[in-house]
Amino acid sequence: MSEIIKIVIDGKEIEATKGQTILQAAVNNGIYIPTLCAFDGIKPKASCRLCTVKVNGRAMTACTTPATEGMEIENNTAGINEIRKAIIEAIFVEGNHFCPSCEKSGNCELQALGYRFMMMVPRFPYSFPQRPIDATNPKLLLDTNRCILCLRCVRGLKDENGKSLFAIKHRGVHAEIVMDHEVCANISDEMAQKAMNTCPVGVIIKKEKGFDEAIGTRKFDKQPIGHEIENKFNQGGN
Amino acid sequence: MSKPIVATTSLAGCFGCHMSILDIDERILDLFDLVEFNKSPIDDIKTFTKQCDIGIIEGGCCNSENVHVLKEFRKNCKILISLGECAIMGGLPALRNGIPVEECIREAYLEGPTVTLNKEGILPNDDELPMILDKVYPCHEIVKIDYFLPGCPPRADLIWNALVALLTGNEMDLPYEVVKFD
Ligand code: SF4
Ligand code: SF4
Ligand code: FES
Repeated sequence: MSEIIKIVIDGKEIEATKGQTILQAAVNNGIYIPTLCAFDGIKPKASCRLCTVKVNGRAMTACTTPATEGMEIENNTAGINEIRKAIIEAIFVEGNHFCPSCEKSGNCELQALGYRFMMMVPRFPYSFPQRPIDATNPKLLLDTNRCILCLRCVRGLKDENGKSLFAIKHRGVHAEIVMDHEVCANISDEMAQKAMNTCPVGVIIKKEKGFDEAIGTRKFDKQPIGHEIENKFNQGGN
Repeated sequence: MSKPIVATTSLAGCFGCHMSILDIDERILDLFDLVEFNKSPIDDIKTFTKQCDIGIIEGGCCNSENVHVLKEFRKNCKILISLGECAIMGGLPALRNGIPVEECIREAYLEGPTVTLNKEGILPNDDELPMILDKVYPCHEIVKIDYFLPGCPPRADLIWNALVALLTGNEMDLPYEVVKFD
C-alpha cells in the first residue's frame, strides 16, 4: 500500500502519497502551481522553471521534486509570483508572439499565464528573433516563432514504433524544434490533433483548424489558467 | 477647476484602438463631460495647442514621422499610455522585423505578386515622405511610457476603467475578462 505523508504548502497541511512530486500532491489537493513544460503522462524535464517553489527556503521545481514528510513549501507568495511573472515575460520577449494573428490565441497556456499574472508589458526588450516556419506537412504547420522549447512534443509524441514525431536541432540559443517528415508523412487526424494539444503554445498547429472558435468561447477567455485545479473541490455548490 | 486634457494619436496602427475608445458607447458622453480633448483624430485637432494631462498612443513606430509624433506627445503630456498590442510590442506591423528593409521594399514595390503598375520600378524616395525604420519599435523603446493597456484591440471596458482610475485617482478595476492580448 502506498504510504501517506504530510507536507505544508503556504501554511496549509496537505496529504501526499510517497513518490509523488510536489506538483502532483498540490494538484490533488486543489492547489495551483503554474507550469508550462510539465504535461500529464510525460516524464517531467524542468526546463521552464515556472513551477518554482521554495522548499524549506530553497528554490526548487515542483514538477520534479518529490514530496517528502514534513516539507515546508512556499508557493503562492508575492516574492515567488514575481519571479514567475519575470519568467513569463522573458519567454514572451525571447520569441515572436503576435497573439492577434496566432491560431492558438485564447487556448494558449503561455498567453493564459500572461493573463493570470497580469502582464501588461514585458520588462525586458523584445528580441524579435528570426525563426523558421515549416508548412510542408499536409496536416501540421510548425511555426517556431512561438516555440518555448518546453520539449513536450519531443518527449510526448511518438508513433506506433516509438519514433518521435519531433526532434530538437542545435543547442543553446540556436536550439530549434524540427518535424521528422518521414514519421509525420501519413499521420492521422487524431495524432495531428494530439500534437497540437501537446504543444502549450501555437507552434504545432493542425491545419484547417485555426480560428474555428469564436472569441469569448475559448478556453481561457473567461476563466484563468489553473481555475479547474483550484475549483476541484468547489464543484456542485456549497 | 479646469478639466483634464487628453490627446490621442495613431502611429503604426490600424485605428482599431481608436474604434475601441468609441466602443465605450454612451459613456463617451460622460467622457466629454469629464475631459477636454486636444490633439486627436477624435476632434481633428492636428497640433498641440496646450499642455495635456493624458496622451494615448495607438501603434508602434515604423517610420521617422511616428518617432517625431511620439516625442511630441512625450513633451506635451504628463502621462503617456501605450494602448494596444502595436504600441506595446509593435504588433502586426512588426511581423516585418525579421526581414531586411530592402527586401520588404523590393517585395512591396518591385517584385510582389500584386505589383502591376510600377513599370519603371520607382521606389518611394521623396523628402516629403517619412523614412522607414530598420524595424518597428514598441513605443516604450523610444520614449518613457507610463501605462500599458494590452489588447487587439484593447477591450472598451479596459480603456474606460483606466481613464476612470486616472481621473479619479482610485485604483483601477481590472476584471479577468478585460486583459487580453488579442
Ligand atoms: S503562442 Fe500563445 S503567446 Fe505566442 S502568439 Fe500564440 S497565443 Fe500568443
Ligand atoms: S513545439 Fe511546442 S511542445 Fe514543442 S518544444 Fe516548442 S513549444 Fe514545446
Ligand atoms: S513545469 Fe516545472 S520546470 Fe516547467
